[in-house]
Amino acid sequence: MTTFIQQLVNGLSVGSIYALIALGYTMVYGIIKLINFAHGDVFMVGAFVAYFSYTVLHLGFLGSLIVSMAACAVLGVVIERFAYRPLRKSTRIAALITAIGVSLFLENAGIIAVGAQARGYPSMLPSRSINVGGVTISVQQIGIIVLSVVLMVILQYIVHRTKMGKAMRAVAYDAEAAQLMGIDVDRTISFTFAIGSALAAAAGVIYGAYYSAIDPLMGIMPGLKAFIAAVLGGIGIIPGAMVGGLVLGMIETLVQSLGFSLWRDAVAFALLILILLIKPEGLFGKHAREKV
Amino acid sequence: MKKPWSVVTALLLGSALLTACGSGSGTTGAESGTINLGANLELSGQVSAYGSSAKDGMQLAVDEINQAGGVLGKKLNLIALDNQSDTTQSTTIAQKLIEQKVVAILGPATTGNTMAELNVATDAKIPIITPTGTAAKITVDPNTGKVNEYAFRTCFIDPFQGTVGADFARKDLNAKTAVLYVAQDSDYAKGLADAFKKEFEKQGGKVIDSEQYTSTDSDFRATLTRIKSMNPDLLYIPNYYQDVGKIIKQARELGMNQPILGGDGYDSDTLVQIAGAKNTNNVFFTNHYSSDDPDQKIQDFVKKFQAKYNRKPDGFAALGYDTVRLVADAIKRAGSTDPVKIKDALAQTKNFDAVTGTMSIDAQHNPVKAAVVIEMKDGKQVFRTKIQPTT
Repeated sequence: MTTFIQQLVNGLSVGSIYALIALGYTMVYGIIKLINFAHGDVFMVGAFVAYFSYTVLHLGFLGSLIVSMAACAVLGVVIERFAYRPLRKSTRIAALITAIGVSLFLENAGIIAVGAQARGYPSMLPSRSINVGGVTISVQQIGIIVLSVVLMVILQYIVHRTKMGKAMRAVAYDAEAAQLMGIDVDRTISFTFAIGSALAAAAGVIYGAYYSAIDPLMGIMPGLKAFIAAVLGGIGIIPGAMVGGLVLGMIETLVQSLGFSLWRDAVAFALLILILLIKPEGLFGKHAREKV
Repeated sequence: MKKPWSVVTALLLGSALLTACGSGSGTTGAESGTINLGANLELSGQVSAYGSSAKDGMQLAVDEINQAGGVLGKKLNLIALDNQSDTTQSTTIAQKLIEQKVVAILGPATTGNTMAELNVATDAKIPIITPTGTAAKITVDPNTGKVNEYAFRTCFIDPFQGTVGADFARKDLNAKTAVLYVAQDSDYAKGLADAFKKEFEKQGGKVIDSEQYTSTDSDFRATLTRIKSMNPDLLYIPNYYQDVGKIIKQARELGMNQPILGGDGYDSDTLVQIAGAKNTNNVFFTNHYSSDDPDQKIQDFVKKFQAKYNRKPDGFAALGYDTVRLVADAIKRAGSTDPVKIKDALAQTKNFDAVTGTMSIDAQHNPVKAAVVIEMKDGKQVFRTKIQPTT
């Protein structure tokens, strides 16, 4: 029983990280229907910015987190401005390919800048563990879960209660009509990228602290997993990304805990195929017929 | 545009010749009263740390032997050329060395580069001795099972560490049950794990489970929780420091305090950075040598090396040092500088007294010698014990 609860805790922590990355994925998709494959690499940049803020500038955990989120918000806006905006009127496949290009660019630029070797991440959060009846929960695990829930709530608030959120929803619904109503579409999209990338940065810092090692290619797998999570929950839907991440984390942990660790990634991607075959709009998506 | 290129080529060739001759006093070798030893090493490029360290060890041995009067009344002359950590360069360098009439080629330090020079050296009938290339295929052709006549090494091969680890686990740690946790995409890890299992069970231990992962994984908690519920006496995790660092950290955070055992892939400061210094307590690994070893022979070597280079010799330096001495010993026993006779003498090496352990060369041209076990204490490496091979 304790083993089962322990696995539940493990699954929740992994799932929360996926959820954190998936939140940014899903927002960007929601507003411009672009699968931003560079998202996982922004996540990596976030981890590295915090690493240097912490070890070189000695900013502490909160300071490093904020610097890294700010830096990635700017990076997200820059990527959108120079890589995606020129292609906004082009086909969706062109934008998708560009996203893959940006992803490869960030990975290889990372290798040039910091080297391909993994490096140890400073333990920014206390690595203490609490033992509850044989189940150990680390402070980091609690931190990850709390942080992802808090960020999701803030995100929901921004999208549904603020003026900017209203603009985002309007642009997502129909960008041209929104423009006619006096909404600055470019600014709204930039804002979305800024928030999405800042979230990715936060996830990167948490990831680094939790697994204590970072390298320039660390964003690839979590990025793909977050993509699965976003599709699972219904891409474009914020609570969906959250639930999708948690479900994926749980399923992966379940597979591993049964002794099939080599099947973990295979199961995750099989899940993606299944959901696309059976319910492509995702668990939380409403079935909407495309209007002609 | 033909001229500038030919000038460049001429310059390059000239400089290559210069560097080659600069370190040697002549190319006539034995006749002029010196014995030329070629060193084909990674002095620049990706794994230059390995080659440079081995070269320092080799040079120290050459100086020492020359001070003591040389071999067969002749001075040794080490011609060390840089293969740039590149397999193609390694082949070229081997050819250059052979042209300079070396009696043996020492190096390269890594398996791939050593394999690259194998055919060239064999055709020229020049023995090669790699100080640190650990893959079995260097000395034995995996397809035919035949021993490569001219290939030798001074380090032990990968699977040997698994055997030694199992011996240590049974005798010193008194472990009755063990769980293996093995990277499926690493031949190194699999080789060690197989050897460990065989020996551990031969000595009456029980491997209760074998779990797998791939080197792209970061989250090992689910599998570790599963292992925790089996409560083994020991975890055997053979792989390189990056993965192992993460696994050690996560295992300790889950409250698993069992001893964790592995091989020379643990030998890096990055492991401590990733795992956290406290978490490395009760972690052990097998290695070629430890500069903390109280053995007088080793402490003497450490002192001499430190006096010359102002740093502690690592395993590569020690093995480089041993390689030169092993070859010098073979020349002495052969009583000749004929490479073929040196090869035969190398194959017949018995109980040679090296820094990294007393060694004999077996039928597969691998040294039979002791391995050391290093224990981690708060992130520091401490010499624990030396284990002789069980034959």
